[in-house]
Amino acid sequence: MAKISDQDVEKIAQLAKLKITESEKESYRSHLEEIVSYVEKLNELDTDDVDPTFSVQQRKQVLRPDETKPSLPREDALKNAPSQANGFFRVPKIISQDRGES
Amino acid sequence: MKFEPVIGLEVHAQLATNSKIFCGCSTQFGAEPNTQTCPVCLGLPGVLPVLNEKVVEYAVRMGLAVNCEIREKSILARKNYFYPDLPKGYQISQYEEPICEHGRVDIQLENGEMKRIRLTRIHIEEDAGKSIHDEAFVGKNESLVDVNRCGTPLIEIVSEPDMHSPQEAYQYLTKIRQMVRWLGICDGNMEEGSLRCDANISLRPEGTTGLGVKTELKNMNTFRGVEKALAYEIERQNEVLQSGGEIVQQTLLWDEAAETAHSMRSKEEAHDYRYFPDPDLLPVIVEKEWKQSIADSLPELPDVRRTRWLSNYDIPVYDVDLLNSDKGLSDYTDKLFGVVNDSKTAANWVMGDVLRFINDQKIEIHDCKATPDDLAKIIQLVEKDLISRSSGKKVFEEVAHHGLDPKKAVEKLGLAQVSDSGALDQYIEDVIQNHSDEVEKYLSGKDKVFGFLMGQVMQASKGKANPGMVNQLLRKRLEELKS
Repeated sequence: MAKISDQDVEKIAQLAKLKITESEKESYRSHLEEIVSYVEKLNELDTDDVDPTFSVQQRKQVLRPDETKPSLPREDALKNAPSQANGFFRVPKIISQDRGES
Repeated sequence: MKFEPVIGLEVHAQLATNSKIFCGCSTQFGAEPNTQTCPVCLGLPGVLPVLNEKVVEYAVRMGLAVNCEIREKSILARKNYFYPDLPKGYQISQYEEPICEHGRVDIQLENGEMKRIRLTRIHIEEDAGKSIHDEAFVGKNESLVDVNRCGTPLIEIVSEPDMHSPQEAYQYLTKIRQMVRWLGICDGNMEEGSLRCDANISLRPEGTTGLGVKTELKNMNTFRGVEKALAYEIERQNEVLQSGGEIVQQTLLWDEAAETAHSMRSKEEAHDYRYFPDPDLLPVIVEKEWKQSIADSLPELPDVRRTRWLSNYDIPVYDVDLLNSDKGLSDYTDKLFGVVNDSKTAANWVMGDVLRFINDQKIEIHDCKATPDDLAKIIQLVEKDLISRSSGKKVFEEVAHHGLDPKKAVEKLGLAQVSDSGALDQYIEDVIQNHSDEVEKYLSGKDKVFGFLMGQVMQASKGKANPGMVNQLLRKRLEELKS
């Protein structure tokens, strides 16, 4: 049976930017443990000679020609945004140093 | 102790496609914010990305040009992180199995020697959007996001840590830019962000081969900026190490105006991007036939052309590198070399008159109406003394502007050189009449005056007199006066 620690739950929550309470933590911990244990069944199979499955689709690759298509009208693109200004999506101030991209 | 810098570069090049990497939105630069978006690049639920074939072709073009191995099957992976200009919450990139690996480019060092820089990999990925914080119209507690750039195709070119000075990094970057422009896959404009560069840098005691703790430098927006930022960071690390300190692994943002670098306020733990194969996308397959047809479509590469020119033509290395720096200029010169006798003269014409013309007119070489054949004709007219060198320059400009035949341009401008000795004698007689003082001086042995008299004859002919003949005839006439 896989072991999931409190720290594992905290890290996953933090990566997903979720705030969870102490009681939720225990509930998530046991749920995650069950899920991982279930998936661990796969380890019983010998997959040494099996290529990784990158896609469950069996078709060949599909590429599109480099042609432009009309984009959405801006009003539609912004329609679902909680906030907008001057044609931009408006978000809480980003401290640029927090950027994770590399 | 003396330390040696160890530098590796990651270069992002925006691919010059018409549409984005996974959808049909335009990649045109400078559009109104959020007018080039669709459900795919906005990251709306339930959409499926479809890979643009040009992106694969361009990545393979670059890979082949820098001697990479091309993977027949490569994987697109999700790189997960949260940032407001990344609507999906992940960037589609490549991780474990990139499309190109193990390449190399040769750069030229200041002493003229060549140095090989190894490339780790080249992979395909999508760009993020743009967030705006600093403009006047942005409120104090907000940032604004423009998603237009989101999904613009990029290749990331990762080098091995093979560079040991800011100058080498600069040369490498110049080389990469030359290559992407040469191949027509990216405009290479660093100021506009179509070419971006991050650097990994560490120091190690000279003579050792291990790697020290590295820092990452970002936000260098010009070629010189890269050189300066690296010099700054080498100096900083050197000071830390010399005083017995330790380098802290961190990311630094270069501030071009202040010529200093600031540490990004990094979180305690390393980033955890949780890469995994994107289930929405099938593996990228580049079969042998496709790879071969891309290889067949590659133009003659700059290094190959350089070697060919140096062995076939008698031109200095400096000229070769200048003329070979841009593909359009290089192709023009190459055609010209094919139709002239004297390649050095031809090179001088291109580096002088042709470059001056396209720079003055702010045009590209292919917009210059004087073709290499036209220029060859002009050069021939000068060689045969039918026009003077300075008239040749005027003829070139006329042809470059209006695209007419060089001989017609000579007629139109009335520049045909006067080699008729009767006409020349007339100019000479006039000058001798009008400048008797100078003629006296010459006759009394002041040979220098000859140049003045010569100039007067040329002026009288409005520059059309054949200078060689004037020289001969004038000398002869003056000698006659002596006796």
